Amino acid sequence: MKILGISAYYHDAAACLVIDGEIVAAAQEERFTRKKHDANFPVNAIGYCLGHSNIAPGEIDHVVFYDKPFLKFERLVETYLAYAPKGFKSFATSLPVWLKDKLFQKTVIIDALKNLWGKDGRWEEKLLFSEHHLSHAASAYFPSPFDRAAVLTMDGVGEWTTTSLAVGRGHELAVHKEIHFPHSVGLLYSAMTYYTGFKVNSGEYKVMGLAPYGDPKYAKIIKDHLIDLKDDGSFALDMQYFDYCTGLTMTNEKFDALFGGPPRKQESTLTQREMDLAASIQVVVEEVVLKLARGIAKTTGEKNLCLAGGVALNCVANGKLLRERIFERLWIQPAAGDAGGALGAALGAYHIMLNRPRKLTNGIDAMKGAYLGPEFSQQEIMERLTRCGAVFDILTEDEVVAQTAQALANGKAVGWMSGRMEFGPRALGGRSIIADPRSPTMQKLLNLKVKYRESFRPFAPSVLREDVSRWFEMDDDSPYMLLVADVVKARRRDMSAEEQALFGIDKLNVPRSEIPAVTHVDYSARVQTVHKETNPRYYALIERFKAITGCPVLVNTSFNVRGEPIVCTPEDAFRCFMGTGLDVLVVGTALLSKAAQTQALAADYKLEYALD
Amino acid sequence: MGFLSELWAFLRVRKKLWLAPLIIVMVVLGGLLVLAQGSVIAPFIYTLF
Repeated sequence: MKILGISAYYHDAAACLVIDGEIVAAAQEERFTRKKHDANFPVNAIGYCLGHSNIAPGEIDHVVFYDKPFLKFERLVETYLAYAPKGFKSFATSLPVWLKDKLFQKTVIIDALKNLWGKDGRWEEKLLFSEHHLSHAASAYFPSPFDRAAVLTMDGVGEWTTTSLAVGRGHELAVHKEIHFPHSVGLLYSAMTYYTGFKVNSGEYKVMGLAPYGDPKYAKIIKDHLIDLKDDGSFALDMQYFDYCTGLTMTNEKFDALFGGPPRKQESTLTQREMDLAASIQVVVEEVVLKLARGIAKTTGEKNLCLAGGVALNCVANGKLLRERIFERLWIQPAAGDAGGALGAALGAYHIMLNRPRKLTNGIDAMKGAYLGPEFSQQEIMERLTRCGAVFDILTEDEVVAQTAQALANGKAVGWMSGRMEFGPRALGGRSIIADPRSPTMQKLLNLKVKYRESFRPFAPSVLREDVSRWFEMDDDSPYMLLVADVVKARRRDMSAEEQALFGIDKLNVPRSEIPAVTHVDYSARVQTVHKETNPRYYALIERFKAITGCPVLVNTSFNVRGEPIVCTPEDAFRCFMGTGLDVLVVGTALLSKAAQTQALAADYKLEYALD
Repeated sequence: MGFLSELWAFLRVRKKLWLAPLIIVMVVLGGLLVLAQGSVIAPFIYTLF
C-alpha cells in the first residue's frame, strides 16, 4: 500500500511517501525551489519522494491532503458573520482568493496531479482529505515509539481546531477534546511575535530566543486581560484585544494601550521592553502547556505523551514539560509544523481510514532520525561540485572525519553536508554548519559573519547521547533538538556582579560556561543528542572531536543564511559556502577549504534572500 | 456539478444548511467578479449594480 501525503497552499508545502506503513521519504518544497516557506503545490518534493523509491505515479494507492478546505471555509464565513459588519476589508481581501481557488481545492489538487502525471490515474477516487489537527496528531502518535499514548496538538489554527487532545492505542487514534478558533495559544504567541516586531509564522522562534534576556513583568497583564486559563489547561482569549478575526493585523489599539505603545517596527533596535514582552509570553505559554498536560494526564491516565503542531516547536516549553515529569515519556514530532501534516495525513490514512496495523520498532521511533530527504552518491557529488568550479579533495571516510574534527578544533566554521537531508525545520547533522562550542567568540562570529542574522540568537549543541548528562541537566533522548536543558552547574562560569548588570544582548558576549557558544544567557541550551544508530557519521565526527579536545559537543546550526531554506544539493552547499564566512565545506567525502577556491566564485550572499 | 453536490453533502453532514443561501450568493457573485477580471462579463456586472 503506497500513500502520498501532501501539505500545501498555506505555510510549508511538503510531500511524504508511506509504503506499507513505513515512512520512506519526506521533504519540504522550499528546499527545492529555494523559496523559504514555499506554499505552492509541492511538485518537486513529490517528484523526489517517487524518484527516491523508484515508484511510478500509477502505483500510488492514495493521495492524502493534510486539511479540509470546506471546513476552513465554513470557519471563515461564520467568523465574518459573527463580526459583521466589522471586518469587511479583511472579508473582501480573502474572499476572492477563496472563491477563485481555495474553495475548489479538490479540483485544484486533481488538476495539479494530472499536470504532473498525465490525465489517466483516477485521482478523483484516490484523493482523500484529513482534518488538520488529526494530521498533526497522527504525525505525533504513529511514528512515536509508544503503543499507547495521549496526544496533544497545538498550533495557530487548522480548520476550526487550535488545540486538540487525542488518545492513541495500537493503530487507533481518537480525538477526545478540542479548543476552537479564535481561542488559540499559537495565535496568542504569534500576536506577541507581531507586536515585538517579528514576522508571524517565522519570527516565533526569535521571540523564544529573546525571552531569556528579559523579565516576565507583563505576564500578569497577559493573564489578567488576554487569556482566561483554567486549571485543566482549557482557555479562552479576550478577543477585544486582537485583530486577527476581522483585520489584517494580529493586534489592535486596545492591545497597544494595554502594553503602553505601538508594535515595534520590523528590523528596528530591540529594547529591554521587547525582551520583557518575549519573556512574559513565554512564561504564559509554558503555563498553558503544563496545565494542558496535567489535565490530559488526569483525564486519560496515559503514561506517554506525544506532541505536534507549531507550538510543539517551542523547545523551552517542551523542556519544562519533560522536567515536570507529568508523563513518564515524551515524544515530539520533529516536523511539528504544517510540513509534518503531510506525514501525518499519509500515516493517518493508512492506519485510521484503511484500518491497517502498526508495527512498533522496539523502543525506537519510526522517523529514521528525520533523515528522510534527498542524498547524493559520491559520483554525483563530484560531478556537481566540478560543474560549480569547486576545488576539492576526495578523502577516505576516516580521513574526512579526522580532518574535519581537526579543523573544528582549530576554530574553523565548517559546512557539513552528509547523507540524507532532514525533514522538518531543524538541521540535525545532515545539512549543518558546525563549529567548536568552547570558543567564546564563536556565537557572535557565526551570527554575524556566517548566518547574517540577529546577534541575540543562540546556537544549539549536538552532544553524544552517552555524554549528555555530563554536560546538560538531562538524561533523555533529544534527537530532534526539541528539548531545552541547562548546562550542568559544574561547567558553568559564574558571572561577576559587573557582568550580571550588563544590559540584554551585551550579556551574550560574556562566556557563561565551558561551552559558551551554545550556552544562552540563562545557561540553557537546545540540546540535540546524537545517536550512533541514526547518524553514525556525525556521531563519529563528534567522537573524534572529543578525542582531540575532550569535549563531546559541537555547535550545530542549520546550513543556510538568514531567510534562506536549508541547503539541499551540493550546489546549494557550495553557493552558501562561497557566499559566507565558512572556512571549510564537507560534502560526503569531498573536502573543500575556502583558501583553495577560485575567489571569483565568491558572491555577495548577504542580500540574496529576503529577511525572515 | 461534482463541486456543488459535495458542498451540499458537506453542509448536510455539518448541519449547516442555513449557510447555503449565503454561500450560493457569494459563489455566484464571486464567480462573476472573478470572470469579470477577463472583462467580457464586466458590462453584465455593471447592469447588475
